[in-house]
Amino acid sequence: MIEANNLCKNFKDKKRGDIHAVDTVSFTCKPGEIYGLLGANGAGKTTTLRILATILAPSSGTATVAGFDVVREPQKVRAHVGFLSTATALYDRLTAAETVEYFGQLFGLDSATIERRTNELFKALDMEEFRDRRCAKLSTGMKQKVSIARTLVHDPPVMIFDEPTNGLDVMAARSITDFIRQCRDRGKTVIFSTHVMTEVEKLCDRIGIIHAGKMRTEGTLDELRQSYGKDSLEEIFVEVSGDAR
Amino acid sequence: MSLRNSLIVYRKELRDMLRDKRTIRSMVIIPVIAFPLLFWGISKVMSSVMGEAATEIAPIMVQGGADSPKVLAALRKVPGIKVLPYREDAKQEVSDKKIRALVEMPNDIDTVATGSQSEQVSIGYYENDVKSEMTRDKLQKFFDDYRDGVARAALVARGISPNILEPFKVQANNVAPPAKVSAAIFGGWIPYLIIIFSFTGAMYPAMDLTAGEKERGTLETILSSPVSRTDLVIGKFLMVMTASVVTAVLSLASVGFAGRHMMSGAQQQTMNLSISPSTVIAVAVMLLPLTVLFASMLLAVALLAKSYREAQTYVSPLVFVAVAPAIIGALPGVELNWKTALVPILNTSLVSKEVIGGTYHWTTMLMVFGMTCVYAAIALGAAIHMFNREDVLFRT
Repeated sequence: MIEANNLCKNFKDKKRGDIHAVDTVSFTCKPGEIYGLLGANGAGKTTTLRILATILAPSSGTATVAGFDVVREPQKVRAHVGFLSTATALYDRLTAAETVEYFGQLFGLDSATIERRTNELFKALDMEEFRDRRCAKLSTGMKQKVSIARTLVHDPPVMIFDEPTNGLDVMAARSITDFIRQCRDRGKTVIFSTHVMTEVEKLCDRIGIIHAGKMRTEGTLDELRQSYGKDSLEEIFVEVSGDAR
Repeated sequence: MSLRNSLIVYRKELRDMLRDKRTIRSMVIIPVIAFPLLFWGISKVMSSVMGEAATEIAPIMVQGGADSPKVLAALRKVPGIKVLPYREDAKQEVSDKKIRALVEMPNDIDTVATGSQSEQVSIGYYENDVKSEMTRDKLQKFFDDYRDGVARAALVARGISPNILEPFKVQANNVAPPAKVSAAIFGGWIPYLIIIFSFTGAMYPAMDLTAGEKERGTLETILSSPVSRTDLVIGKFLMVMTASVVTAVLSLASVGFAGRHMMSGAQQQTMNLSISPSTVIAVAVMLLPLTVLFASMLLAVALLAKSYREAQTYVSPLVFVAVAPAIIGALPGVELNWKTALVPILNTSLVSKEVIGGTYHWTTMLMVFGMTCVYAAIALGAAIHMFNREDVLFRT
């Protein structure tokens, strides 16, 4: 469960002064549901997700993730979240297995649990072949799998994906979207951001369109189609984002 | 704060570093290889320069002395010296290093020497040129001895004992222990070297673990794990400090080895340093808080950078901050007092110099240790503070 309540994030910029990267954003994301955060570059998607993952602290407003407050209990939040983005790279000089082990330790798992989870994940993701190969030597697709195993080692109830398919080829992107769907099917709470309309149409149960830091509209795909009288999500997105200009 | 998490981070960083060829090169190979090579090179060059100068027959010129065949004849007999016919540009030839020295003396020096008025003999030489200075010393000695001989002969001729020239002798004797004398000269350079190496050893890992992680995108990954930022920086700090200590110890061992095995016997005697295990322990204890200071300071500064390259531009000027007090501390004559005891780095350098010389002032040692601990704590606090600042971690 994710509940964001009037989240705000301001940055100070020397040239542009105060920037409201995220401005009173509220939404709810339930277990077994994929919430798609749609927005152009710089709309505030990454900042919102970083606040939910407690990598950034909100300037004001609150959010609870898996029942924990992001401001008061950030470590507990992180312990119950799997966070994956194109910016979250792997350590080149650790092997695939060592990477998963390291994060397992940081998530407070004992070595028996880490070993069991590593074996399960490597089998499920078909990673046995490059288990002891260093991350630097892996292909993009293999790295992606290691990242997935890394985010799943502690079996978190909440998954946060920030533009996970950005820069990936079709096959690698497809493995990610399959993985996101599996997370939902296992009853996890899933939120992910993207600017690819087709991914949202295929995957998301609920959609929020964010623009210039503000949540412009929210609902299921059908609800959005109805209220905007348009069939294509792209058309809806352009209209919503265009409002502000 | 969780020590467990810090240690997990530390172990991982250690494994990561040990697999990095660049670290091994800068931390182990260079300090270990560099010193024996350096010492070997210096000792080779020195002995070849000195040997050449000692065996050379030095060409000199003499101006004057036309009416003094006795002096000239004696001068020609000085071993290692060859008197060339005088030419007008003799001075120029000395400064061109074509001849080693020029002697200028009055024509009638033989007769003057028996008289009552004083005349002057001057020797033109090339300052700091080993060969020219050796020739000057030979000439100086020749003329001193010759003058003495003339004076004694004159006294004897008048029936006076030549001992009157030397009613008593003056002799200066060193009563300071040889170890302390050596410590005053060389003792300063040992802490200097350790300080430099503990700094440079920490530099590379500090940049790699901060700006390097930002550049590679692994910082966001680790920040999404439950490890707190304070635990994270403590783990990284321990790693950087390890690198600092290891580099310092290795380079010092290398210096010790090179000093013992790569230098000639005479050079070893001038460096009459007996370093006991208790000296090593005392110096190590005094230096420990300094490695904390270096590691923390470097982490705090390097974290400001977005990339490894940028970090290098921030850290390079810091080298001078560390080196300058260490050099001042190494200079002979700079001593520990309540003012210098307050200056970080310099105080550790000075107190180590004293300890190497065998002097243990427990109160000043305690004060220096305490002061360095205070500075180290401030630096560590700054590093922790930096890691808790979003605008530093996510600088755009």
